[in-house]
Amino acid sequence: MAEQVLRLEHVCKIYNIGLPAQTEVLHDIDMTLDKGQFLALTGPSGSGKSTLLNIIGLLDRPTTGRLFIKGQETGRMGDAEITQLRGHTIGFVFQDHHLISAFTALENVMMPMLVASGFPSRRIAERAHEIMVLVGLEKVENNLAMNMSGGQQQRVAIARALAMAPDLVLADEPTGNLDTKSADSVFELMRQINRDSGTSFLMVTHNLDLAKRCDRIIDVVDGRITA
Amino acid sequence: MNRLLPFEWIAAVRFLREGFMQTLFIITGIAIGVGVIVFMSALLTGLQANFVKRVLTSQPQIQLVPPDQVARPQRQQTGVMEDAVIQRPSQRVISIDQWPKIRDRMLAIPEVTAVSPTMAGSALAIRGAASRAISVSGIDPATYYKIVRVPDYIIAGDARLTNDDIIVGTELAKDLGAAIGDKLNVQGVKNASVTLKITGVIDLGNKSANERQTYVALRTAQSLMGVAGGVTTIDMTLDDIYNAEILATQIQRSNYVEADSWIATNAQFFTAVHAQQTSNDMIRLFVALSVAFGIAAVLVVSVIQRSKDIGILRAMGSSRGQVLRIFLLQGGVLGFAGALCGCALGTAGLYWWHAAVRQADGTELFPLILTASLFVYTTLLATVTGLLAAMAPALRAARLDPVVAIRG
Ligand SMILES: Nc1ncnc2c1ncn2[C@@H]1O[C@H](COP(=O)(O)OP(=O)(O)O)[C@@H](O)[C@H]1O
Ligand SMILES: [Mg+2]
Repeated sequence: MAEQVLRLEHVCKIYNIGLPAQTEVLHDIDMTLDKGQFLALTGPSGSGKSTLLNIIGLLDRPTTGRLFIKGQETGRMGDAEITQLRGHTIGFVFQDHHLISAFTALENVMMPMLVASGFPSRRIAERAHEIMVLVGLEKVENNLAMNMSGGQQQRVAIARALAMAPDLVLADEPTGNLDTKSADSVFELMRQINRDSGTSFLMVTHNLDLAKRCDRIIDVVDGRITA
Repeated sequence: MNRLLPFEWIAAVRFLREGFMQTLFIITGIAIGVGVIVFMSALLTGLQANFVKRVLTSQPQIQLVPPDQVARPQRQQTGVMEDAVIQRPSQRVISIDQWPKIRDRMLAIPEVTAVSPTMAGSALAIRGAASRAISVSGIDPATYYKIVRVPDYIIAGDARLTNDDIIVGTELAKDLGAAIGDKLNVQGVKNASVTLKITGVIDLGNKSANERQTYVALRTAQSLMGVAGGVTTIDMTLDDIYNAEILATQIQRSNYVEADSWIATNAQFFTAVHAQQTSNDMIRLFVALSVAFGIAAVLVVSVIQRSKDIGILRAMGSSRGQVLRIFLLQGGVLGFAGALCGCALGTAGLYWWHAAVRQADGTELFPLILTASLFVYTTLLATVTGLLAAMAPALRAARLDPVVAIRG
């Protein structure tokens, strides 16, 4: 049996508990993700995909239920421990690239390593450069993020997500803002990295064409997994 | 990126640099505040130093005079109404009782650096048809010049004094139409009269003093005042001028003299300095407060503007502590940079003021005294103020929920 990167058991998320606006967004979610898998998460808007991704990414906590990352139960971890685990095992790619505009593309890729080590170093810069080569941006790596095209920015975001060699990359509609051609090449980049490095991917997408090219598709409707 | 700098520092400086206009405006604001503090503090120090210098070179720090003569009614019985008016005795020249003994005792005090007996009184100076009332100070030049630097004030002739010599103020010389080498007839009390040769003309930097002040030998003054062998004051200087009041009290307690310290004599000056210091402290406080609020306001806005950056940093594994430090450092850097500019601004202002504002005779109004400690303390104050002011915005940034922050 393949190593499990992720397991969710009976995960529920309720917003605004005790208030009139109380809403249960996720109902009793059970799912697993094996190492090296590329999983597509589809479903209509408002069905709870982002909420699920935030919980898996340790940015948010489930109201009830348990979340295991590489076999570790995360429910009892304190904020510092959660932050540490997040930094070292999970990479994020968002719909909007979310690069920090005060830094160059290369520096953005260095950022997760800087956060972890506290000080810049030659090793960090070299590793960031290697990843830039991997995503094909070494020629523009010293540009500021805002001087790049949407596709390039998203590639930088992918490079940044890969910086700490995470076990799992979470991508929330990474191609949502891109034209078909750029979307295709950004997806192919992630698929390639997944095949070469064995990093697991969980990608939210509305693009069924892309979803079909993943290992598995999970469909979320009204906070429940239907397939 | 500098490899020696921690990540928080790099991020803080980049954020400040990216928000260039905000940074520029707040640093300018801080610089003005700090400049005012530097300017005022240095000005106050200068004026004080000026005064202290005068104290050190042109007046005794403790002066011993005979105790006040008190008139007491002769008859005083209980139940009897007195209707006599008690008058103060007339101000005749009175010598300090047994002054050589007191002088020797003063010389024995280790803190005392110089002791000089003097005989002071009023007299009339006559030359031809002109006559002027003058103050006569009979001095022992050897010891007296250690206390009051008369030779420094000489503008013609020299400060040497024999029993037949007199040193006069420049205005007095002019009024009498006299110059170096000319003779003056000086009339003291009880028809005492001597003829003295002008050996020196002094400028004491004060018109009325220049019109009246004269110096003669102690012996000459004693015969003019009709108090042979007597002195009216014993002047002293000390190694620590701020010790004067304490020492004066001690001397007065154990000797039959009145001891006046320069501190008591110049009480007004000290009151003025104290008042200025208080208002200086108030200004400091309010400048610090406005600097603090300015920095806090800029950072509060910055936290809101950068909420996405904060969220993404948190998603990348930044701890709350790291986010906190990024914003605290921004406050500290603003305070520090503003203080540096402010020190430069205050110094420039002081140089300009020093050059532009002069006394009537063109000499400086105050000496330029810029100590390193003033800059260090002011910079420290501004930096700490910046750090403290950044506390609230930084805590806010650290407590941001990453999910909410990323959504923006
Ligand atoms: N912080 C929140 N408080 C209350 N409701 C929320 C919050 N975040 C999301 N929701 C609600 O949860 C539901 C799922 O949202 P989301 O996970 O963003 O859906 P999706 O990503 O699939 O479009 C939506 O109805 C949304 O309004
Ligand atoms: Mg969503």
